[in-house]
Parts: sequence; C-alpha cells; structure tokens
Amino acid sequence: MAFEALTEKFSKIIKKVKGQARLTEKNMDEMLKEVRIALLEADVNYKVVKEFIENVKTKAIGTDVYTKLNPSEMVVKIVKDELVDLLGSDKSELLFNKNKPTIIMLVGLQGSGKTTTAAKLAYLMKNKLKKKVLLAACDVYRPAAIDQLQQLADQIKVDLVNLGTNENPVNIAIKAKEKAYNDHYDVLILDTAGRLQIDEPLMDELKNIKHKVNPEEILLLTDAMAGQNSVEVAKTFNEWLGLSGVIMSKMDGDARGGAALSIAHVTGIPIKYIGVGEKIDKLEIFHPDRMADRILGMGDILTLVDKVQENISEEEAKKTVNKMMEGKFTLIDMMNQLKQVSKLGSLTSILKLMPIPGANKISSEQISSAEQEMKNFEIIINSMTPYERENPECLKYSRKNRIAKGAGKTNADVNRVLKKYEQTKEIMKQMKKMKKGGKFPPFNGF
Amino acid sequence: MGLFKFLKDKFFKKKEDTNLEENIPQEVKEEQVKEEKSLEKYDQALTKSRKNFSSKLDALSKRYQTVNEEYFEELEQILIEADCGVSFTLNIIEELLETSKEKNITNPKDINEELVDKMFLNYLKEGKDIQNEIVFDSKPKVLLVIGVNGVGKTTSIAKIAHYYQKKGKKVSLVAADTFRAGAKEQLTIWANRLNINITKGNENEDPASVAYKGIKAGIENNSDLIIVDTAGRLQNKQNLMDELKKITRVIKKEINEPIECFLIIDGTTGQNGVLQAKAFKEIIDITGIVITKMDGTSKGGIILAIREELGIPVRFIGLGEKLDDFEEFDLDKYLYGLCSELIKDE
Repeated sequence: MAFEALTEKFSKIIKKVKGQARLTEKNMDEMLKEVRIALLEADVNYKVVKEFIENVKTKAIGTDVYTKLNPSEMVVKIVKDELVDLLGSDKSELLFNKNKPTIIMLVGLQGSGKTTTAAKLAYLMKNKLKKKVLLAACDVYRPAAIDQLQQLADQIKVDLVNLGTNENPVNIAIKAKEKAYNDHYDVLILDTAGRLQIDEPLMDELKNIKHKVNPEEILLLTDAMAGQNSVEVAKTFNEWLGLSGVIMSKMDGDARGGAALSIAHVTGIPIKYIGVGEKIDKLEIFHPDRMADRILGMGDILTLVDKVQENISEEEAKKTVNKMMEGKFTLIDMMNQLKQVSKLGSLTSILKLMPIPGANKISSEQISSAEQEMKNFEIIINSMTPYERENPECLKYSRKNRIAKGAGKTNADVNRVLKKYEQTKEIMKQMKKMKKGGKFPPFNGF
Repeated sequence: MGLFKFLKDKFFKKKEDTNLEENIPQEVKEEQVKEEKSLEKYDQALTKSRKNFSSKLDALSKRYQTVNEEYFEELEQILIEADCGVSFTLNIIEELLETSKEKNITNPKDINEELVDKMFLNYLKEGKDIQNEIVFDSKPKVLLVIGVNGVGKTTSIAKIAHYYQKKGKKVSLVAADTFRAGAKEQLTIWANRLNINITKGNENEDPASVAYKGIKAGIENNSDLIIVDTAGRLQNKQNLMDELKKITRVIKKEINEPIECFLIIDGTTGQNGVLQAKAFKEIIDITGIVITKMDGTSKGGIILAIREELGIPVRFIGLGEKLDDFEEFDLDKYLYGLCSELIKDE
C-alpha cells in the first residue's frame, strides 16, 4: 500500500546490515544515508528527516549497539521506534458527546477528498458505531459538489441538509446545527469547500463557521500524495482553526505518504483515519505502530485480523473448519471459502498486509490474474448441479463438457478447478493428521 | 551564458523598449500587451511560491560570503522542499559542485545563477521543441483527459474548453466519468456555462461506451475539439488502468488520427507525481501534462522531476480558480515567476 516502496527500500537496507557481522560507524552512516534518501523520496519533510536521522544515530550510539551480539536487530528496533514516534504514538479515536450532537467539520485543499470522506465517515458512524448521522453540504462553490454529496447520502441512507448553492455556507452550518439539536442526531458532519490555505476570505469563512457552530472535531483532509508543502498547509489551517486531527486520503495508491507523516510530527496533530479505497466503506482507523510495521516490511497482521473479524461470520468459518476436519470438504465449501476471502477485499490489499517476504514483488498483473481465476472458479462451480458440487468425483467427460459450455469456459478450466479442489482436500487431510499428532503445519502463504 | 541575463533581457528590457518605440504596428502591440498580461498572471500566481523559493535562495546568498559545503547543503534543502525530487536535486547539486570547482566560482550569487541556468538546461535537454498548443491537423481533434483522483480534471477541462472556444474552435465535452457521484453534473454545469454540447452516460455505464457515443456526437455536430473526461484513478489499480486502455481503443476505432492525451497533475503533489506519469505513460501515450493548483504555495518542482525522468512536456498550467486562470506553460515565465526576486535584485 502506501508505504510499499519505502518498505522495499528498508528491507534492502536491513538485509545489508544483516549480512554484516559487526556494525561499524561506517556502515551505520551508509545505512542512515539510504534511510535518509528513502524518507526524502517518500516526501517526508526535509527537516523531519534530518531530525529523524539524528535521533536514530544518537540512540544507536547511546545504546551500545556496536557491542551487542546482534546489532542489526537493534538498529531495526531503533528505526522502528523512531518511526512510530514520527507517526504519533497513540491511536486517537473520535470522542462523542453523550447528550448532544457531536459536530465534525471537514476542511482541506481542493481535491483532497472531503466530500467522499464525509460520506465514508457518515457510513462508518451509522453502521459501525450505530449513530444517528446528519450530513450538511456547505460547499456552495465547486459545481455539483452538493449533488455529489446528495447522491452519496442517498446511497448510504443518511439525512443531508441541502440548502442549494444560494445560501451562505455559514448559514447552512448554523441551520444544520439547529436541525441536529432539534431532531436529536448523534453526529453532524459538515462538508466544506476546498480552499487554499492562503486564501484569507475563505479561511475567514471557515473560522466563522467554527465560531457559530463550535464543532468538537475539525479534521484536515490530506492527500497521501502531497509533497513537501503539506506541512505548510497543515500549519496554516491549524493556525486559523485549531485542528483536532488529520484524515489521510488515497492511501490505497502507491504514494508513500511521507508528507502526511511529517504533518503529525511538525504540528503534533494526530492522524485519525485513513482512506483506503474509492468505495464507501474504505475508511480505516489509523494505527501508528501498525503503519511503522508496514514500513519496515513486517506486515500488518493486526489489520488483517480486524478485517477477518469484521467480514467473516464465525459460524460459517466454524462450519467449514469442522467439515474440513471431518474430511468432508466439498466444492461448495471451497466456493464459500473463496467468497469469504473476496469479502476481505482485493487480493492486492490482503497481500500487502501479509508478512510474506517478497509480497511486494508480486506484480499487479499476477494478482489480477489470480483474482480473475477466483472469479472463474466461482462461475464454473455455479454451472454445476447441486449433486455435482457435493460429489465432484462423478464429474466425467460429458458432465465436464456441459459445465464448460454452460460457464462459457473450456474443459481445461473445469479441470483446473477440480485439480485445485483435490489439492485443497489433500491439505485438509494432512492438517487433520497433524492435528491428531499435535502438530500444526507452518503457515505457507495461502 | 546566463539564463538570468536572458530572462532579465526578455522581461525587463522589453518594458523599456515598448516605452521607447511609439510607432510599432498595432498587432505587435496587442501581442505584447497579451504577453505582459500572461506574464503578470504567472507573476501573481507564483508570488507565494516565490516567497519560499527565490527569497530563500536570495537570503541564502546574502548570508554567505563564499560557498562551502554548508551552502550546498542548504541549497539542497531548498530544492527538495520545492518538490524537485531527490535524484534531480542530488544531480544538480553535484553538477554545481563540479562547475564551481572548474570555473572557480565562490560567489553565492554566481552559484545561484548557475543553478537557474542548469534547471533550465536540464529541462530543455530532455526534449526537442515543445509545441504547447493543440494542433488542429484533423477534424475533430480528440483530447482525452486522465489523472488520479482530485487533481482537477473536470475544472481543467472547462478551462481548456474555454481557452479554445476563445480561439474560435467549436468544442464539445464527453462526461465519461460514470463512477464518481456528481462528476457528470459537475461537467454539465460547466458545459452550460460555456454553452457547449455535452454527451453524458448513465450512472455506472461503461465509460468506453460513453466515450464512443460522445465521439459520434462530436463528429455529427462538427466539433473541432472533443474533450473526454475520465474518472480519477490511482495508477496502481490494474482494473481501472485496463478500463482506460479500453476507452482509448474505442476512441481509436472512430478516430484514425493521433489523439491528444493530457495527464493532469496536482501542483502540490510530491514525488508520487513521477510514479503517476510513469504508470500512465506505460498504458497510454501521454502527449502532455497539465499542472494544476499552481496558485498555492507549492513550488511545483514536480514539473522538473517529471521532465528529467520521463521527458513528457508540461503543456498548460492552472493558476487559479477562474476560467481564465489557465496559461500555456512557458518555462521562461515559470522560472521568471519563481526567480524574479533574484533577477530584480541584481
């Protein structure tokens, strides 16, 4: 994901250090030089990088790293700790008022993703936190911005204060607040127009909204692709408004998001959420430690576990496991498994979270062909009769032929599904044996 | 030598000259007035950027009597903070170091002059003569507009349409962003304001089919220029990049002549801008880049980084929110806008 390239760089550097028996000042310097370039290439602010390198160096020298048995591990730890530090050291969730609506205001430059994020945030609060949410469209400047929010609000079935483009944004905010109080909403989310931080009249308008509605949270949207200048942007917005947090958008791209990290470091404002996709449910809580792990190529198993818990029903999983253990694994079970996996998101996004060495190296073509294959499997299994799915061994030439025709595939495709099924079944058998023997096989990818 | 001198001559002397010569033909005068207006726009829009770039350079040169290692380190910082990119910066600093040794330059001002020179040369080195304007060698000319999310594609399209409308071209639009909520409506509002034709698709309709319809409609209504808007897509999304390929295939079925394809890049983008250009270039022939949002404090160093790595020219530049805040990219003016303080200072 966002830090993929940086991760790769770090792995290389760490490998270099690992290969050497002793850490000397010389190779330490060389490594730090590469770390420096990697961070700069990741758009981390120049001054932040400088501080980072100095801190790592001081700590490394201060902790006897040169005499430790395994100095490379020590350095990795120091770099990681520093990174977590840089990312802000605790996760900060939003706080909600008990007896009155919590007002959240989204601000930022043009195109940073405010409107999309407003809808994502509303969706998250409505569905995950079970809040009664009200949206307000205060962007009267960008053509069709209100249309956009209206469409999204309809889609997620959240109420929207839509007063058109002839009303003043400050008035819209005030009226939305009144409605939120009168109709007992838990949360009010204000979407504001994008603006440059140097545009004083427009910044003043935001300040005005702030004074009139007194929001609990003012969140700045930052693009993960933003360059060195983003620190300047965050600083100025903070000076005008007093920000309470940052949401980083477009983290599903290959931008390394370094600038957003520097924002947290330079201004001390915590990153609260990250946008990880175009769909409405692609907003995640930001975890600095997990992100640092990801940067260092240690995978992000915790996020994967969260995803699994959210998306896979326990009962389904238990059923499948039990069946597996009994050795009664049918094509239907295999398809269910595939479906469960696809609920977690694209293979690409899952792979990025896995601590598999070289996971970054799998090309996007390979991944999309694997995804295509998963789809093909589903199509082919769907073309079978229920009897065939339960008893795959009955599949001979003519049945295969019929299935292939029905699915619009070839016989070879059908055979591939059956082969995969046999392989999976074989693995199940082995697992069963090992379970009996008290051993569990090591995890070899999936 | 001396781009400095060149810029100075070009932009400062001209003002004096026009004052002196009273009897130049009207056309030339008009041309000059237009030139000056455009220069003014660059100058204004880049004011904030300049504060960060050339004032910093200027202040730096005043703090040092002679250049030394620290001087170059600070120079490196200024360039990197302008988003010029690590490799670009390191290369140019190395070259500067060599030149300063060779020519024995120790005066910071001279070094800065060398620096601006090199930035200019590096840019030019990467390509032949750059033709910014769209050439209307076939009718209709198709312009496909692509880019990641939120860079300003739709607004840029409105500006481009307006730009060529002013030049007497008949322009029509195609709203092939069928994914983002409100995208179609946004472009429609612009089309109505500009009073031009627009072809729209339904929600989630295959964008390629909308493009096809739009091209047909554009040919039928005798357009000179058909501009196709596409959904924003992150360059690492394989399926969306495939979709873009399909759109081009469909367009090329209808149009035999080469099409223009502009990649829109946000001027505040960091080093990912280079990756964007690279990835899009791999699947589609990008004929030019439009840099948007250059009226902020961002220095747009990404222009130089992209040029250095990929050789794709910047054709236009967005300098503000209004329809008219849109100019042909002119490196002289850009550098002048960034460095005019240094130049005036001499």
